[in-house]
Amino acid sequence: MHTNPAAPLLQVDDIRVAYGGIQALKGVSLELYAGEMVCLIGANGAGKTTTLNAIAGMLPLAGGRIAYAGDDIGALPAHRRVRRGIALVPEGRGIFTRLTVEENLRMGAYARDDADAIETDLDRVYTLLPRIRERLAQVAGTLSGGEQQMLAIGRALLSRPRLLLLDEPSMGLAPQVVEKIFEVVQTVRDDGVTVLLVEQNAHLALAFASRGYVMESGRITLSGSGRALLADPSVRAAYLGE
Amino acid sequence: METLLQQIVNGLVVGSVYALVALGYTMVYGILGLINFAHGEVLMVGALTALQTVLLLMEVAPGLPPLLMLAVAVGVAVPVCMALGYLMERLAYRRLRGAPRLAPLITAIGLSFLLQTLAMIVWGRNYHTFPALISTEPLEPVAGVFVTPVQIAIVVISALLMAALVLLVNRSRLGRAMRATAENPRVAALMGVDANAIIALTFIIGAGLAAVAGVMFASNYGIAHYAMGFMPGLKAFTAAVLGGIGNLAGAMLGGIVLGLVEAIGAGYIEELSFGLLNSSYQDIFAFVILGVVLIFRPTGLLGERVSDRA
Repeated sequence: MHTNPAAPLLQVDDIRVAYGGIQALKGVSLELYAGEMVCLIGANGAGKTTTLNAIAGMLPLAGGRIAYAGDDIGALPAHRRVRRGIALVPEGRGIFTRLTVEENLRMGAYARDDADAIETDLDRVYTLLPRIRERLAQVAGTLSGGEQQMLAIGRALLSRPRLLLLDEPSMGLAPQVVEKIFEVVQTVRDDGVTVLLVEQNAHLALAFASRGYVMESGRITLSGSGRALLADPSVRAAYLGE
Repeated sequence: METLLQQIVNGLVVGSVYALVALGYTMVYGILGLINFAHGEVLMVGALTALQTVLLLMEVAPGLPPLLMLAVAVGVAVPVCMALGYLMERLAYRRLRGAPRLAPLITAIGLSFLLQTLAMIVWGRNYHTFPALISTEPLEPVAGVFVTPVQIAIVVISALLMAALVLLVNRSRLGRAMRATAENPRVAALMGVDANAIIALTFIIGAGLAAVAGVMFASNYGIAHYAMGFMPGLKAFTAAVLGGIGNLAGAMLGGIVLGLVEAIGAGYIEELSFGLLNSSYQDIFAFVILGVVLIFRPTGLLGERVSDRA
């Protein structure tokens, strides 16, 4: 597969999503270039999670286009998008609570058939997340919130994603835990994975991301570099509590 | 004492068959939250397909050894039933995935009637003799207990099939995907699992087990007919509820316990009812158990929290 290096890895073009008669996305456009970490911020109900779910294939599009690595993937079901290299760590983490930690991780590699490389990747995840390694045989439902978030990220990495979608990794976690999680995300980005991050904590997200988009009631209302958005008076007023 | 031992043996045999059928109920429930009341009819189709195959073989190759004949019959009945299980899911239940719970439930009952009626049209209303390809003559009694070769075969084959299923579900990549899908199909899809394929496979596996159970049932009683699936279907459902619906080990335990209670109960029902009832009333036990479990322990013997997912 030859892709033009100057073209974005992901191009979301004017997508619309409706459920239950409500227009959740009213034409969202954004793009991600390979190797970037971009964040999506906005109030509750602005459509951030819906945007990620639409990119991952969990929701049907009512309009618009999603191009990934040069292909239109808008009609592909979620289970086939993983095989293209798109991994979503869903809102609420989506841990299989009745499976063991190791089984959860191996589920992440379900779409792959390169058994040897999977073992190598498992080892890399163990190095990245030492807490997880200590708990492999444990039923995942018994992990703490922070450990579950780590596990969800590790599981997503086992699909060998090119594009990692993270939905509120800091939700409900203590500040020290959040810090650790962002360190992990940083490492993942440094390894060359493109990251799209949805965050309530705009401060944190904008500090880590190179660029950001601001969403409001189903639309992108603002975009720019992390620094520019941090300095923007309307962002400061709405999302940074000033 | 001898009656008790004898009834325990009989109970184990019938219980093994219930357990195989109960697994189909419980697997489908575990993944879809649906009670497939047409599952008992799969047992009937399995038995009658096997019978048809045996009759055909007796005509075209009468010299075939009986065991080989039975093996071929099972070899035909299992894929036929698997196809039937797949079609039920694909044509009826899949369309009702998002519907209120009552719709698939009524559909299941409708499918049950439909399959019985179709079988009646194909095979008629009469009872058919199922040839004793494995002997139903008791062996030398041990401690006064009579056991037939077919009973031994039923218990052994059931145990092997259940062990294989447990290994598949708990140890294989596919089984892991089945358990993941049962817990959260949306997240499983994010892992690359095609939930539709997994659900179809669950129906197929359950139907294959029911087909074998049907042949066992017909071999044990020497009889097959179009309505033979109904009662074992209900009993197996009871077994699944007794064990804790959605739980594989529970279905197996429930099947065996139900078989034992029924057989032992049938042995003593006259004394228990002061001569009022005889052993032809043995079905009472299954439904008394169902009632008691639903009232006092709806999660069953090994049940966890009952899933509230529709």
